Amino acid sequence: MRRGVRVAAPLLPAVFALGASFGVLARTAHVGAVAAIAMSATTFAGSSQVAAVSVLGAGGGVAAAVVAALLLNARYVPMGITIAHSFRGRMLGRLAESQLVVDESWALSGGGTPAFERPVLLGIGGALWFAWVGGTAAGAVAGSAIGDPSAFGLDGAFAALFIALLAAQLRARRAVAAAACGGAIAALLTPYVPPGIPIVAATAAVLVGWRRA
Amino acid sequence: MSAVWTSVVAVGVGTVALKAVGPVGVAGRRLPPRVEQLLGMVGPAILAALVVSETFARGRSLVVDARVAGAAAGVVAVALRLPIWAVVVAGALATALVRLA
Repeated sequence: MRRGVRVAAPLLPAVFALGASFGVLARTAHVGAVAAIAMSATTFAGSSQVAAVSVLGAGGGVAAAVVAALLLNARYVPMGITIAHSFRGRMLGRLAESQLVVDESWALSGGGTPAFERPVLLGIGGALWFAWVGGTAAGAVAGSAIGDPSAFGLDGAFAALFIALLAAQLRARRAVAAAACGGAIAALLTPYVPPGIPIVAATAAVLVGWRRA
Repeated sequence: MSAVWTSVVAVGVGTVALKAVGPVGVAGRRLPPRVEQLLGMVGPAILAALVVSETFARGRSLVVDARVAGAAAGVVAVALRLPIWAVVVAGALATALVRLA
């Protein structure tokens, strides 16, 4: 678990900053500081929180906000299944541990590969949780004093981060094929379906591997 | 309950459930090798989709903006085998610089 914290350390300033930008965004969308912090603590999945808050801020209503957020998080079902064999013990413990699964903790601990290590995932996830919730609190309290988060290039940092995480998983030819198809599915669907669905639909790319296996 | 708090609770409960499906529902059991092999490709597929959406998606449109510079810097940083924090910093710097220009 300590190794997980070490692995996560370089990411903590970025996650704190992203949490702060979510906090600021929440305030501009008329979501109170306590609600924003509560959301970061319970949901702990950045892109879905940003989606929910921006839908609320645009007057999209509760149903649209919740559906958009949960579609973005539907990927945690297949991701969770890839690591499920490592989780043992009491149900409540597993429930608590499963909440530390986020894209970064899953990918950096070898999620979806035979090298997956659950303690590393818990260390990374726990460290990121504190950075995320702390950043949200700082952003929500500081409010508009921080200004526009996109001026710092934080949105571009997300793309770079996911590229690094993806590169680490492209060892086999089949993985490259699945990635190419997943990216293509996402690009093709984006104009036609609500945000979130293209990412879930990209899971269908594993069927390419089925035929090639 | 206000619209904001209804959303916070619904998204929170829903996400807790989605994250729990694997570790709580499937826990401890080994899946057939064929299925595990397929699941091994879920990561690359979803991560590639996230790269596409973080780089090009703006709501329902695909746009080319400063984020492309961030993604390109990310590719270069990965090719140079830089550590992950350096990849993230390179992405943020490139995006911010292009936006300032």
